[in-house]
Amino acid sequence: MKVTLFIPCFIDLCHPNVGMSIVQILEQLGHTIDYPEELTCCGQPAFNSGCWDEARDVAVKVVERLQDAEVIVIASGSCGAMLKVFYPELFQKTGCEQAAKSVANKTFEFSDFLVTKLGVTDLGARFPARVTFHDGCHGLRELDLKQQPRTLLSHVRDLELLEMSEAETCCGFGGTFSTKFPMISSAMGDGKCASAQETGAEYIVSNDSSCLMHLQGLLDRQGKPLKTIHLAEVLTSS
Amino acid sequence: MTTPVHQFHTDANRAAQDLQQRAQIQSALSSYETACEARKSAFRDWESARQTAAEIKWDAVNHLDQHLREFADKLESRGTQVHWASNEQQARDIILEIIRSNNAHSIIKSKVMTGEEIHINEALEKAAFDVVESDLGEFIVQLRREAPYHFVFPAMHLKRGEISELFNRELGTALTEDPEELTMIARRVLRDKYITADVGISGANFAIAETGMISITENEGNARLTCALPKVHIALLGIEKVLPRLRDLALFLPMLATAGAGQALTCYNSLYGGPRQPDECDGPEEFHVVLLDNNRTQLLADKQQRDALHCIRCGACLNVCPIYRSIGGHTYGTTYQGPIGSVITPHLRGLQDWKHLSSASSLCGACTQVCPVKIDLHHHLLHNRRNAVIDKPVWREKLQFAIFRSVMNRPKLYRFCVRIGRLMQPLHRLVDGTRLDPARGWTQTRKLPRIAPQTFKDFWRNRK
Ligand code: SF4
Repeated sequence: MKVTLFIPCFIDLCHPNVGMSIVQILEQLGHTIDYPEELTCCGQPAFNSGCWDEARDVAVKVVERLQDAEVIVIASGSCGAMLKVFYPELFQKTGCEQAAKSVANKTFEFSDFLVTKLGVTDLGARFPARVTFHDGCHGLRELDLKQQPRTLLSHVRDLELLEMSEAETCCGFGGTFSTKFPMISSAMGDGKCASAQETGAEYIVSNDSSCLMHLQGLLDRQGKPLKTIHLAEVLTSS
Repeated sequence: MTTPVHQFHTDANRAAQDLQQRAQIQSALSSYETACEARKSAFRDWESARQTAAEIKWDAVNHLDQHLREFADKLESRGTQVHWASNEQQARDIILEIIRSNNAHSIIKSKVMTGEEIHINEALEKAAFDVVESDLGEFIVQLRREAPYHFVFPAMHLKRGEISELFNRELGTALTEDPEELTMIARRVLRDKYITADVGISGANFAIAETGMISITENEGNARLTCALPKVHIALLGIEKVLPRLRDLALFLPMLATAGAGQALTCYNSLYGGPRQPDECDGPEEFHVVLLDNNRTQLLADKQQRDALHCIRCGACLNVCPIYRSIGGHTYGTTYQGPIGSVITPHLRGLQDWKHLSSASSLCGACTQVCPVKIDLHHHLLHNRRNAVIDKPVWREKLQFAIFRSVMNRPKLYRFCVRIGRLMQPLHRLVDGTRLDPARGWTQTRKLPRIAPQTFKDFWRNRK
């Protein structure tokens, strides 16, 4: 299958390993990768701030470039939700409505693509550590990604998954919210980290790098030993 | 004068760091959470119950004019006086007029959030009437001269000791940590009030169009006394409270109890359909129903967000909201706190003054997931943000996103910015987290992620 990969800006800049891991996994499974280098952002920051015109100007490039793709894989539940759930609304009653819907229909978040679309659950990975899983809200509630990442983790050798009580509670990132209301955002993040820590896990794993970026930022500032890692990186460990 | 947005920022910053307050909310809600989950499983299928409830409310709200007419006609046919109030002022005037024309002095109230909305207590006190809240939580916050902290659990933020001290100070009672005793203290004070009150003011949980009745659910029995003992009963309710049929209560009463308090059914459920009839021996001589619009019709006109009028004020969205749980109820500065408050307050009280509440959300969607009547709460927060920008763009934000757009749409410019960003990183260390730091919004509490030596785009290009 020819898989078109969408790498969001924060993964490109700060967590390129996540993208590389996804490339590695998909290629090992025998797929070819089409990576549109000119695409950087789905437009979500503007969209979430109410600036839908600016969001549309960015998103339209994405729609135009991706509408003919066979299948689109995106490395973040949050940006995935933007393409799958919000593009059709953003382009409602515009010339791009149909194209946006077709992009939405063939977009998969990375773990969903592996488990639901390909039926792949075991990638032969080994990650000897205690981990806890953080459900990113967009992935969980907009895309219904509760089971897929856990299915993948359950096949990783030597990995112990310890569920935290607050797994489904928002970590407080929320895109621009995190800098507009930093104290609320951080208070929420602290709650999340505390819940993760209670499990005795060494790592917080998630399928959303944006949440992890926020949590890692808090942990580093507070000098806590807990680490964060993206699911794709766990799946390429051996 | 401080503006609502400024007040919100100040209070939210303080509250978010107040670990004690957060712990109090946590502990106040912990038994609710377990009970609520257990109760939901008592429904054959909670999800389809939600769907049915949403459909019934959809009908109620989309045919509001017919249902309201039926409701009012039925009430009037049994001698109830129905009043229509377009706004706060009218509602206050109507209520004051009823009270004055009855030569009343003392007023007892059961819980009525629409009363908070129209600031009825202030108006009554200003007009020198004696007014007392009979719901325990409301009684407590009234003694403290503060607004309810939560529209279902008004005194949720207070520990037993604080309530005891308050009673000691205000009522001269002995200090006690025994919840029974605290309740008894309030009851003793209130008992006299029920007997001497000339007017009882209540709200309503539902307005049944088919039979012309209001339905009130409560756990303390205070609303029954408030409605039945005084000579005059005034019920103040928002026009959206309508349910088309009596049998709808069979779903809505257990649903409200479950979502609101984790109960199978609230302890007391009463229906009031008119004043004392000629063949009846008790009940009020006069029954007034005041139907409040106060910009609800504006929300009704908004096709996209009309479903916010489905709300049955169960409070479930507050209880699950991580923002509410981090900043507490008073920070909102609104009658209705939490997600539903953030959605409707801009409609009820002005978009530009209250849009910040819609921005103060991570859009996690936990509220939408629990709402028993399936209001699309977190998406409405997005819609409020969009509408606020269309209505009155903020130039700073516009500029920011114009830059964002050009950078994201121009690969060369993006690459250039990445290069600049890399060069700036070592310099940033000098100001990291300080007031001089342009990224302080992030770095105040978090370490800034570093730009990788090789971005994904670099990796891809090298590979090719
Ligand atoms: S919006 Fe829904 S969850 Fe929130 S109070 Fe209203 S009915 Fe309850």
